[in-house]
Amino acid sequence: MKFKFKKPQFAAFKKKSSFARRFTRSKIGNFFYCTFLVAGGLFSVLPLIYSVVTSFKPIDELLIFPPRFFVQRPTIANYLALPDLLSNLQVPLSRYIANSLLISIITTFLYIIISSMAAFVLAKAKFKAKNAIFWTVQMALMFNAYTLSIPSYLIYAKMNIIDTYWVYLLPSLADTMGVFLMKQYMEDALPDALLEAAKIDGAGYTRVFWSIVMPTVKPMWLTLMLFGFRSIWSMAPSTTIFTEQLKTLPMVTPQIAAGGTARAGSSMAMTVIMMIPPILVYMVSQSNVMQAMTSAGIKE
Amino acid sequence: MTKTTKVSRLRKKDAFLEQLPLVGMLAPFLIFFLLFTIIPIFSSIALSFTSYDLISTPKFLGIGNYERMFVFDDIFGIVVKNTLVFAIIAGPIGFLLAFVLAWFVNEFSPFVRTVLSFMFYTPSLVGGGLFIWQVLFSGDAYGYLNSMLLSVGLITEPITWLKTPQYLMPIVIIVQLWQSMGVSFLSNISGLQNIGDELYEAGAIDGIRSRWQELRFITLPQMKNMLLFSAVMQIQSSFSVSSIAIELAGFPSTQYAVDTIVSHMADMATVRFEYGYASAIAVILFIMMAGTRMLIGKVLSLIGK
Repeated sequence: MKFKFKKPQFAAFKKKSSFARRFTRSKIGNFFYCTFLVAGGLFSVLPLIYSVVTSFKPIDELLIFPPRFFVQRPTIANYLALPDLLSNLQVPLSRYIANSLLISIITTFLYIIISSMAAFVLAKAKFKAKNAIFWTVQMALMFNAYTLSIPSYLIYAKMNIIDTYWVYLLPSLADTMGVFLMKQYMEDALPDALLEAAKIDGAGYTRVFWSIVMPTVKPMWLTLMLFGFRSIWSMAPSTTIFTEQLKTLPMVTPQIAAGGTARAGSSMAMTVIMMIPPILVYMVSQSNVMQAMTSAGIKE
Repeated sequence: MTKTTKVSRLRKKDAFLEQLPLVGMLAPFLIFFLLFTIIPIFSSIALSFTSYDLISTPKFLGIGNYERMFVFDDIFGIVVKNTLVFAIIAGPIGFLLAFVLAWFVNEFSPFVRTVLSFMFYTPSLVGGGLFIWQVLFSGDAYGYLNSMLLSVGLITEPITWLKTPQYLMPIVIIVQLWQSMGVSFLSNISGLQNIGDELYEAGAIDGIRSRWQELRFITLPQMKNMLLFSAVMQIQSSFSVSSIAIELAGFPSTQYAVDTIVSHMADMATVRFEYGYASAIAVILFIMMAGTRMLIGKVLSLIGK
């Protein structure tokens, strides 16, 4: 089959032809399409811009009327005030930062592996209980977590993990979204023929998983890494962690905001700092997704 | 005869041994899932038949909580109505938007695509991020919207956006849509990129002549699994609107305009300590969501037919 397709005609999509479609829109269609994307994109990104801009505002600009979106005389005073504002903590700030990073990285790593392993079994193995398990996983997503807090608390207490690092880690690993997402993706992205071939070559399940499954579904576990990191990074389990040494950043930042309008700038500066790690993870994750995609060639 | 049974028994044993690593791979998740999700869910269902104030031991009530919900609780009807309005409007729009945006963004070169998807994903990255909406819709003249309308001369005095029932519902729906884009949108993009170009090429040879046909006969059927995932995520988020409404409009909101089942439940559990009743509300909410999930499953199975 050697059939060459016409490359798309319009300029915006010309560059990387491998991703462009074979059918083109009308000019009007193109116009609406781009307007829609730009408008929607700006609408979404506005809060990010707003928080960055506000974090550089001096106090008189925070209170000005009529309010101005952009900053006139940017200052880094809000950032410089942060160490002072956080100086009355019982433990040094670095401890909270270390806790946050350590917990987020380890938990995300285990979350990806445990979810992917379970998803692989649910997507590709053949056994009777499979559908029942998958159905339960989906239904569990429908039960609002709110009333589960008391029974969960009792279970943590029975396990003796209250006020330890485990209370961050273990419950996060029970999150069903990852299994659901990975299972849906693996069904499409892992051809049976590939697994059969590996089995004929004598590879066991464990080896198949590490050397074939995980590399093939890399785009999705990279995406799951982002989802996992983002939710664990912002986790603040105030009912199960009391020891100051075990607390994470999101549990100490509200005390800056508690300072009211006078500290609005510093509070925003803290928000901006808190956004940096998830954004870094986003960049690592999504730039790799795009690369993995261009080289993906394993198909039936 | 005996020989064959022996052989088949051997085979069975073989198959069992082969499945062993699979059990090992599923087990870690299943253990955590059972401990931290399934047991709490069943305890919560059990508590829904009791009166429980977190201190004294639960008292069995039978269906008393459910009776109270449907017969005596005046607010319950209002919060169910609000929740359904959110679910029916924000759910489908969010679902379609997440797909359409992903479909659009997916056609650009990798760099442009990364930038665009970053823009659409920021609301989730910013975390809460609700502060901008509070400033925008702030009821005094300092609010961005009010000061804009005032300076243009469209209004003469500031409108209390977040205290007026008729504005509240649309505002919360917009903010909800803005915030719910993240997970479904990104997983849709990954799903779309998994559809190989050769499928479209083969489609073109088979006589597909327009983008709409391409969407209907190739893209959508290939995306079925991801669409189901994003539908479930939308059900989950649109039936559980509460923190947005509480943060923007307070609780209770003016004339209960945007109070939902979840905020009612939270009120019962954390303010009034009627934990048994809150659990009963959770069970009813679960039944509503599970029912929607089955309906969606039926609708999605029509794709590609």
